[in-house]
Amino acid sequence: MNRLSDWHIMGALVVLGLGLPFVAPSLITQLSFLWLMVVFAMTWDMLGGRMGYNSFGNIVFFGIGCYAAAVVQRDAGLPYFEALALGLALGAVLAVAAALLFGAALLGIRGHYFAIGTLGLGITAAEIAAGWDYVGAGSGMALPLYPGALGAREFFFCFSLFAVAVVCFLCLRWLYGTRFGLALNAIRDDQDKADAMGLRTTRIKVFAWCISAFFLAISGGLAANMIGFIDPRDVAFAGATFGVWMVLMAILGGKGTLWGPVLGAIVFHVTQELFWTYLLGWQRVALGLLIVVIVVFFPQGIMGWIAERRAAREGAAP
Amino acid sequence: MLDNLALLVQFPAVTVDVVVNGLLIGAIFALAAYGMALVWGVLNIVNVVQGELVVLGGYVTFLLVQAGMPPLIGVPVSAIVMFGVGWVLYRAIVFRVVDKDIFISILATFGLAILIQQLANLSFGADVRSVDAGLGSLHFLDGMVTVAWVKMIAFVLALAAGASLWLFLRHARLGQAIRATAQNPRAARILGIDTGRVYAATYALNAALCGAAGSLAVMAWTIHPYMGLPYTVRSFMVVVVAGVGNVGAVVAAGLGLGALENLAGFVLGTEFQIAFVFALMVAILVWRHWRAARRREHLK
Repeated sequence: MNRLSDWHIMGALVVLGLGLPFVAPSLITQLSFLWLMVVFAMTWDMLGGRMGYNSFGNIVFFGIGCYAAAVVQRDAGLPYFEALALGLALGAVLAVAAALLFGAALLGIRGHYFAIGTLGLGITAAEIAAGWDYVGAGSGMALPLYPGALGAREFFFCFSLFAVAVVCFLCLRWLYGTRFGLALNAIRDDQDKADAMGLRTTRIKVFAWCISAFFLAISGGLAANMIGFIDPRDVAFAGATFGVWMVLMAILGGKGTLWGPVLGAIVFHVTQELFWTYLLGWQRVALGLLIVVIVVFFPQGIMGWIAERRAAREGAAP
Repeated sequence: MLDNLALLVQFPAVTVDVVVNGLLIGAIFALAAYGMALVWGVLNIVNVVQGELVVLGGYVTFLLVQAGMPPLIGVPVSAIVMFGVGWVLYRAIVFRVVDKDIFISILATFGLAILIQQLANLSFGADVRSVDAGLGSLHFLDGMVTVAWVKMIAFVLALAAGASLWLFLRHARLGQAIRATAQNPRAARILGIDTGRVYAATYALNAALCGAAGSLAVMAWTIHPYMGLPYTVRSFMVVVVAGVGNVGAVVAAGLGLGALENLAGFVLGTEFQIAFVFALMVAILVWRHWRAARRREHLK
């Protein structure tokens, strides 16, 4: 993208994000989910793509955000927006604390042990939430009703999630340009060498996970309110849907690239919205098939494929 | 929770009952784990679809019993059918990820797991299935300890399958080829071993073991389309604890896991049993890492 700079694409997306809800109000829920997916893919890619730590457990932080918001809104006795703000803040704090704890425990583990360990983390969280009466156990929790006018709710959450996605993107874009971003890549490429060069790899890894956790928790609290109901296994700790999608979207778009996760999320989500309804109960079969096909035949992703094509056309190394 | 713990202390017979039943179930875990160790050691793949192969094996037996066959016939039939399924899976998908990055193989087999799980859900329904082997139960200690005969049989069969696999790997021609390929695939190829075929056979053998385990599981316990991942994680955990090439340790770890899990299910309540399995796995991984870090070793 020589002449087409990041800022052009960003500008176009901002126009889309701000304009589309007014132009096509019927698409507003899909659009809100799209921003959620973008956050999922970007935060996953920070570890999976940039740092080489493929986590299946990032959904834990999303779930913590969901439940923190729901519990605060239920028990705090505050007006809606104050309770929401407090819930989001609490969710973010809890998720970052959880990332510190899990990160210190798990981020020293490498390769497939880390991947399967984080998978265990996600499912443990879901099972505990599903058995814990304080958070509604298996029947989940209902969120309070939005106080504003009819239809205002969708606008509010669409713009909030959009704001989270934009802030997350800008934050990550800035971070990737700093020493910290280079350190992430160094850890991915050769952790032992990075260690030997004096990088405090554990601290960097835990910090990266905390950033992921922060954005996931905020988006979790908002998404829970947008959906209006949280189920432990199908919404909050939905490892089989959201948890897998985030990996898939990042890989589809191109791991470890700036725009890859965003692109992957858009392509995945639009395809899903277009075709999912025609599959009538076969959606998850299709998801399994899609994972296999993408991972086996298209592991470099869209951005990787573009880079390969350009390298081939220009006859030079990418 | 504390009440149950007090119960265990007050009535040792209850403890014996829970532990014995856990040990017997553990033999099934050991069988599936043995297959995972085989695939891990030879193909260098963490086979996340393992649990789904177990569940499919269970459904084969369930269908046979529906068709009027005696349940115990299901064990060899499930193993044979799953051998075929494993071969097809390998030739269709798995061989493409053998030499790739380990994460690619995890994600690809995870995708396969979702695919099989959902297909099982669509074809057999989401109900919990079980087969009554019709063999009755054994009672010990004034009826305080009850052990179903089928669990005893499952235990013996699982150990027998493990033993015969060990003999097969040691003495059969194909078994020796499998071990040679595990040691050094390139050298094996130079010496005229068709490593592609060996890989396929290994994967199919693993599927057969899973099929037998699933068949025993549906008789001794229950089967459900979404029950696969816990089996995968149990196998993984057992292999992590026992190591890849050690049959005795795999059996011991499998039995221990069964007993521990049953005790945890009793104390915490069955709704937390799955949470316990997954949390235990995370704890084992963390513990292993800390131990290695203290000795300043690297885990491969």
